[in-house]
Amino acid sequence: MELLLQLCLSFIQVGMFSVGGGYAAIPLIQDQIVNRHGLMTMAEFSDLITVAEMTPGPISINSSTFVGMRLAGVGGVLLCTFGCILPSFIICFILAHFYYKYRTVGGVQVVLGALRPAVVAMIGSAGLSILLLGLFQSDLFHVSLANLRVVELGIFIASLYILRKFKVSAVLVILGSGVVGTICYLLPGLVNMA
Amino acid sequence: MKLDAKKLFILFKSMFMLSACTFGGGFVIVSLMKKKYVEELHWLEEDEMLDVTAITQSAPGPLPVNASVIIGYKMFGFVGSLVAVLGTILPPMIIISLISLCYDQFRTNPYIAIALQVMRAGVAAVIADVVINLAGNVLKTRRFLYIAMMVVAFFSTCVLGVSAMVVILCCLAIGLLDLAWSVGKNKLKTKGKGCA
Repeated sequence: MELLLQLCLSFIQVGMFSVGGGYAAIPLIQDQIVNRHGLMTMAEFSDLITVAEMTPGPISINSSTFVGMRLAGVGGVLLCTFGCILPSFIICFILAHFYYKYRTVGGVQVVLGALRPAVVAMIGSAGLSILLLGLFQSDLFHVSLANLRVVELGIFIASLYILRKFKVSAVLVILGSGVVGTICYLLPGLVNMA
Repeated sequence: MKLDAKKLFILFKSMFMLSACTFGGGFVIVSLMKKKYVEELHWLEEDEMLDVTAITQSAPGPLPVNASVIIGYKMFGFVGSLVAVLGTILPPMIIISLISLCYDQFRTNPYIAIALQVMRAGVAAVIADVVINLAGNVLKTRRFLYIAMMVVAFFSTCVLGVSAMVVILCCLAIGLLDLAWSVGKNKLKTKGKGCA
């Protein structure tokens, strides 16, 4: 019981102080779970990061689930995740309330207007890093044409064409690219085996 | 705000599906949400979605959770927020719970590794599609300030590695200056008329 309470409190802190989302949460989780309370070893933690990168969902939810499951089963999962989202739930609920109350006010519109181009730029920037990771398996500073992966390039162009041309749902395109791409990579192997 | 069970279910289902497919960080789910709630369901306006993104990025906690709280609130108030958040956190909770039982096999499985690698190309295509539309609309404002801010923000996050939080705070400051400027101009025109 004491362990559960400690877990919940730890993840409340992770949820409260991980501003900027995603990777900003990793050092916080490490500090709470590995360094301070010794609930996981560093090796387990790096496994967790690997798994979290391979699976959908925010990294703090992934880790709260992982830690909760390993230490206290399903009850642990529920409690850790609850702790993790509680602060942001309260804060965002209040922010949403004020946003919808005042967003039509002229002055607020001017200020929000200045934020929008930056948000577009940041989405673009996140997209570019995923694109480079997909096509070259590297970041912006280590791109070399020799590492271009042709299958991924083909999938990117085809997906973008389908998205622009037809009204296909994004989820379908992502899952489809996974299936088609895997088949493309496995086909030569299957031919060799035969 | 009347509770429409059918719409509430659509909210839950769409959040669940989006969350189950967001590999690669918060801005991916924002692109997916924009496609779903702005283009498909017409629940939100495009500007609203960008505002929500800026708010979620400035608030603590995971971005997808923050965004679902706000979108849920807009549609159905408190109940909407709860339902939307539930839809968002259930897929990772279920998936990670299962994987934590056999994560060595998962981590070393070559087929999963290939599928995840190629899926990045699909994710990048979705973001590219959304960004083309969004950037086009910023260009359409024909305001030099906004276009310049977009270019500078892109360069600084992408090349210089400035954190999103810093970019948003800087833009907030520019927005406030812009507001002060336009208020000042109005005051000259209509002298004495107060403005909040």
